[in-house]
Amino acid sequence: MFKDNIASSVRSLTNAEPVALDRRGFLRLSVGTGAGLVIGAYVPVRSATSVQAADTADAVFNPFVTITPANKVIVLSKHLDKGQGTATGLATLVADELDADWSQMVAEFAPANAALYKNTFFGVQGTGGSTAMANSFEQYRKAGAAAKQMLVAAAAQAWKTDASKITVSKGVVTDGTNTATFGELASAAAKMPVPDTVTLKDPKDFVYIGKSFPRLDQKAKVTAAPVFTQDIHLPDMLVAVVARPPRFGGKPGSVDAAKAKAVKGVTSVVTIPGGVAVVASSTWAAIKGRDALQVTWDETDADKRGTAELLEQYKALAAKPGLSVRKDGDAEKAIAGAKTVIDAEFVFPFLAHAPMEPLNAILAFKDSKATIWSGSQLQTIDQSVAAAILGIKPEDVAINTQWAGGSFGRRAVYNSDYVAEVAHIVKALAIDKPIKLVWTREDDIKGGYYRPMYVHKVKVGLTESGEIAGWHHRIVGQSIMEGTVFAASSVKNGVDATSVEGVSDTPYTIPNYEVEVHNTKFGAPPLWWRSVGHSHSAFAMECMVDELARAAGVDPVAYRRRLLAGSPRRLGVLELAAARSGWGTPPPAGRARGVAVHESFGSHVAQVAEVSVEAGRVRVHRVVCAIDCGIVVNPATVEAQMESAIAFGLGAALEGAITIRDGRVQQSNFDDYRVLRLTDMPRVEVHIVPSRERPGGVGEPGTPPIAPAVANAVAALNGQRLHELPLRTRA
Amino acid sequence: MTKLSINGREVEVTADPDTPLLWVVRDELRLTGAKFGCGQALCGACTMYADGTPIRACVTPIESVAGQAITTPEGLQGRVAEAVRAAWEKHDVAQCGYCQPGQIMAAVALLNGKPAPTDTDIDEAMNGNLCRCATYGRIRTAIKTASETLKG
Repeated sequence: MFKDNIASSVRSLTNAEPVALDRRGFLRLSVGTGAGLVIGAYVPVRSATSVQAADTADAVFNPFVTITPANKVIVLSKHLDKGQGTATGLATLVADELDADWSQMVAEFAPANAALYKNTFFGVQGTGGSTAMANSFEQYRKAGAAAKQMLVAAAAQAWKTDASKITVSKGVVTDGTNTATFGELASAAAKMPVPDTVTLKDPKDFVYIGKSFPRLDQKAKVTAAPVFTQDIHLPDMLVAVVARPPRFGGKPGSVDAAKAKAVKGVTSVVTIPGGVAVVASSTWAAIKGRDALQVTWDETDADKRGTAELLEQYKALAAKPGLSVRKDGDAEKAIAGAKTVIDAEFVFPFLAHAPMEPLNAILAFKDSKATIWSGSQLQTIDQSVAAAILGIKPEDVAINTQWAGGSFGRRAVYNSDYVAEVAHIVKALAIDKPIKLVWTREDDIKGGYYRPMYVHKVKVGLTESGEIAGWHHRIVGQSIMEGTVFAASSVKNGVDATSVEGVSDTPYTIPNYEVEVHNTKFGAPPLWWRSVGHSHSAFAMECMVDELARAAGVDPVAYRRRLLAGSPRRLGVLELAAARSGWGTPPPAGRARGVAVHESFGSHVAQVAEVSVEAGRVRVHRVVCAIDCGIVVNPATVEAQMESAIAFGLGAALEGAITIRDGRVQQSNFDDYRVLRLTDMPRVEVHIVPSRERPGGVGEPGTPPIAPAVANAVAALNGQRLHELPLRTRA
Repeated sequence: MTKLSINGREVEVTADPDTPLLWVVRDELRLTGAKFGCGQALCGACTMYADGTPIRACVTPIESVAGQAITTPEGLQGRVAEAVRAAWEKHDVAQCGYCQPGQIMAAVALLNGKPAPTDTDIDEAMNGNLCRCATYGRIRTAIKTASETLKG
């Protein structure tokens, strides 16, 4: 999503320090080797009078590891878990170096505190870009190793023996004569000096990393435990639902609240910058109140264009030179002199994220301190935005991060849109009761923050022998980063890296290569959607390469193989997916196979899709997926994320589109914004390339290859090259 | 006042008779297992039973189920429910987990009626329950595992 340090950008958002380092109870920050690895010696504040009995207090070893007297190891996840398994992954890293027993591991969310819990790739606390394992891999292992060393030191002291004689395995500490659990030693161990350095295990000695374990949150989720923001009820809490303008850029004009206020349970109606909030004692009363509310919208600045007009504009722009992104050699000249020229225009729709849990957040503001309960994905920005609205310091905004019912990018917002809404409501009401903001599904589908619409215009010249002579590639669409707090780190010379990723950095060997971009403006705010720019760039690249292969009369896998001589990891997944899919053998009757391979978020993924077309409808029967994501923390998670990411991309490829007419979004719920259902779920087989490379991401990289693999299979089946998403076969 | 029977408990609620059952159960009775996903009977996250039959609580007015035995995910008990939950854990089905109470309600209802469901039976019973994490493959496998358990 964004790799550079964005802390300074966030600071400029509020003209305040994003989060002051709280040194109370904080003895030392020791910086280890690697990418800003921090293990703090973190001693909880306990006044002389409030000291709990040693055998009942939780022992805090460092910001990441706490051990309870009941022998549970609590790992504080600095990252949001919205289904991707991160909390379990971080617990795995600690468990391994700590030599804990898996059954004693517990994952909870860390408080908002960027000094302790920043994403070391972002510089602020946040989850995204499939970075959770990659940025935490050594940090959480060091936290586990340090805690283990302190447990050993405590045991050595208690048993009056040498630490070197003590071993730890599966949660048991022993010197051969005495044994103790972590829980028994924890209180004394947490008081031991924090080691300056720790020695991490040789990967060959890993006991948990690289092995499959079920999610730590599985039982709670299977038993319908209240783990989501939506499930929280606080004393005196009121629920807010917001009426938003029907066109992007509209503003509340005049408001007639009489009918809304007449709804039983409605307590107030209040105008905020983005709309009009109806506040009530229950969710249903707030929804009914909003239905009864009458608002005349000021549409002076509203965008009244629709997707048809945008497409016309985008196509016109695609015919003109844009900002230069990359220029190797002279693509135009090479294409002009080529034996064969193939061109294509790829069209991508707006897409909503539509996580199952519609957006929500609770905010309570009392005595100049705010507390937020939310599936917070960018805690530091949520803090800064809420603080700026409420007129307090960011560190006076506490966040209780909750398990989120999906996100796919929607909960990580550069302007914390929905947190800002609830903060505005609280401010406007000057209320000290907690307010729970609830979005309905219609709010979610119509609410913007979409994966932007894009057009890619691609022209490639082939030599007589079918080699690429020149490739010209122009991308048209909204920049996600421009004008946001991330612009400073992500937009260079007008080029937003997330608009062109996957094209500008292709590993294919192309002698004359030119990439340009046009940034467009539209009222609907753009946002990253699972795999960000790769959600469209992989389709353009992989469909095009496939077309070139067919034009050259070469098998698509063989053709890619030639172009990937310098990319062994990419080639590795391609070969693995091809081999396991039976590439080169006849597919079942009535079906064809298509392939795509793409790198994103530090991981390489190849997929072979086996499809048929039934009554004009594309049906995907089987997907063989190969991934090289470096060192694997939990293969079960990798497998689950590949299944999920493939289906997410497939649902969009088959059905997904937000369309706009006269400035109004035409979809509203799951009946007209269609997502993948059980009957369309293909059989997915996941194969993982063993690797000692640094961990890459797994939440997003499975999404980019599926749409092109399916489109390429359709072409193999019936010769139709489908360049527009969602895929619509021609009669 | 509307009299409801929720998980075997008789309750009287003051909400208007046309209030959807989902909001009464979640906001008034504080049983949050059934989820709000769409409000239009399109996703299945709110699935409850009325006299043992799955219903979409988000569009079911409380007056229409007065006197019927309502079961929420919290009240789901018995051999089939245990087998289904165990199978869900075995196959590590849930990712974000938000839709899973509804998925489990639908799966238990399926197995109550058809202890050995075919793929077509699973398609018909489960296709109305959306999962954006797309745990569908595991749901299918877990239903088969639960079916095997129930045979034994």
